[in-house]
Amino acid sequence: MEATPLNNSDFSSRLIGWRIRLELWRRNLIDLFVNLKKHPLALVGGVVLLIYLITSLLAPVITKTDPNLGDLHVRLTPPVWQEGGSWDYPLGTDAQGRDILTRILFGGRVSLAIGFLSVGISALVGTILGALCGYYRGWLDNIVSRFADLLLAFPYLVFAIGMMAFLGPGFGNLIVALTFKSWVEFFRLVRGTMMSEKTQEYVEAAKVSGQNTFAIIVEEIFPNIFNSVFVLATLRMGFLIIMEASLSFLGLGLPAKIPAWGSMVAVGRDHLLVAWWISTLPGIAILILVLAINLFGEGLRDILDPRLKVE
Amino acid sequence: MRFVKILERILIMIPIVLGVAIIVFLFMRLMPGDPVDIMMGQGGSVSLGEIEKLREEFNLDKPLYVQLGIFLGDLLHGDLGNSYVQKRPVDEIIMGRLPATIELAIGGLIVSLLIAFPIGIISAVKQNSWVDRISMAGAFLGISMPGFWFGIVLLLLFAVNLHWLPVQGRIDNSAALQQVTGFYVLDSLITGNRAALGSSIKHLILPSITLGAPMAAVIARVLRSSMLETLRADYVTLARAKGATEFNVVIKHALRNALIPTITVVGLQVGVLLGGNMIVETIFGWPGLGRTVVSAIFDRDFPLVQGSVMIYAFIFVVTNLIVDIVYTYLNPKIQM
Repeated sequence: MEATPLNNSDFSSRLIGWRIRLELWRRNLIDLFVNLKKHPLALVGGVVLLIYLITSLLAPVITKTDPNLGDLHVRLTPPVWQEGGSWDYPLGTDAQGRDILTRILFGGRVSLAIGFLSVGISALVGTILGALCGYYRGWLDNIVSRFADLLLAFPYLVFAIGMMAFLGPGFGNLIVALTFKSWVEFFRLVRGTMMSEKTQEYVEAAKVSGQNTFAIIVEEIFPNIFNSVFVLATLRMGFLIIMEASLSFLGLGLPAKIPAWGSMVAVGRDHLLVAWWISTLPGIAILILVLAINLFGEGLRDILDPRLKVE
Repeated sequence: MRFVKILERILIMIPIVLGVAIIVFLFMRLMPGDPVDIMMGQGGSVSLGEIEKLREEFNLDKPLYVQLGIFLGDLLHGDLGNSYVQKRPVDEIIMGRLPATIELAIGGLIVSLLIAFPIGIISAVKQNSWVDRISMAGAFLGISMPGFWFGIVLLLLFAVNLHWLPVQGRIDNSAALQQVTGFYVLDSLITGNRAALGSSIKHLILPSITLGAPMAAVIARVLRSSMLETLRADYVTLARAKGATEFNVVIKHALRNALIPTITVVGLQVGVLLGGNMIVETIFGWPGLGRTVVSAIFDRDFPLVQGSVMIYAFIFVVTNLIVDIVYTYLNPKIQM
């Protein structure tokens, strides 16, 4: 019987290839968890992030209070540990008598949704463009790279503020303003790695064995870039959450009726003399979340990609 | 040779500045709604003829590329258009506000360097000591902290509760400062007004710390890690072997070389400084460009927003150019 040559375009052999990749990913994931145990701070960060995720998702279940409905009789109630505080409003109330804890829980949904979405979109756009430009070079690379350089000429917050000025407040606009510039970092990372990976022997081997370019990029090269992209995404998320909060603080983020941590801090400014908690507590919520994400991200970097530098 | 490189670097700036101007122009034109409608507000008591006249005045009746050409031509003459609200040239408004913003940025920069350098150096020299651990924990906190919240906490503590420092503004009205340059600290020195000097410095402290602390955290981390590298380099061992004092080893040999990556980061952080000042100026009622932009956004005064964003980008590009030039002087090995 004649042996059929192993052909990569053959469906069943590609299936085997993918099964091997999946198995490798599964092992890597197990390795990651084992390694995380050696990085207690990263583990703490991950757990805190998880708690934030759960409490934000379950906010309507955890508290029955409407975040936008205030009771003027209890306005400016201090937190429970301070004289005059009550367990009905553990973190106190604001000038309209709205429960701060409820608003912080609901505000977490905004911060996390925007954090995940803007990082996700930036990573996706940056990775696709970076892979294409790094692999093919040519005119596409020229255009995209020059455009990326231009975007880097704007300070981040100035750019986001400028964009929000013209787009107006809103969830979609906020995502657009935040991602319009932040894909550049993913683009540069993936483009650079792509250019060096392209010359590696395993890529040559894949070419010789007759794989098409799409398969080479997605199946052969990308698994080697994935870790860096993932680590960069984690490290950028905290930054983007702070950016969103900063825009909300300036009143350029979401419409006022949606509770967001940044706008809560801004509202509390008018009552600093009498009610320190309105501004301070939502800020602490941001601080802890971003701290947790950064700890988690730096741990991931140490484990997955120690050479990656992010400023 | 170095001169040629620097000239080359300056020439590269031209297309970048041009590109920045085009992006800012497109921002304005691609936004939903017609600028004239926005200018007129929702009032609606304007005749169609008047609207047509305004469209002509602002060249909105011409094709986009002609508008861009006019915009860039005006820009060359330093003409950024007129503010819708204040009915004055935008460049005049920006120039009036810029000294306050630059003074604050310099304050922030000084604070950040004053914090970052001792911390970065000591942490590297005493690696893994408690000083190192506490400093690096503090730096980590610094990079995770929202700047606007930090400013409010400082305000609450030192201005509202302790009354050590003023809450708002640049100077007490009673100081009666005669303005020369618009930089209040400098003006107080020039006119020899001691009361004004004290007052303007007092007003600068909290905003400068708010602006500078997060930046200090980033710089300290970079300085520490590059110091750790240089301290292990052969030339440092050689310097020690030749009997240099520990102070000289650290400052002259290790720090000098660690400065190279640090300077790059300082340059990039200027962008953070520029963005941050919009927030800090809003918190502390600082009458600079940042606060002007934020209020212009709410007034829908687009020419002013457009011009200011452009000025910010321009300052950022120029600072990075300066950093690149400083870089070549620090590191003779690098030929830009």
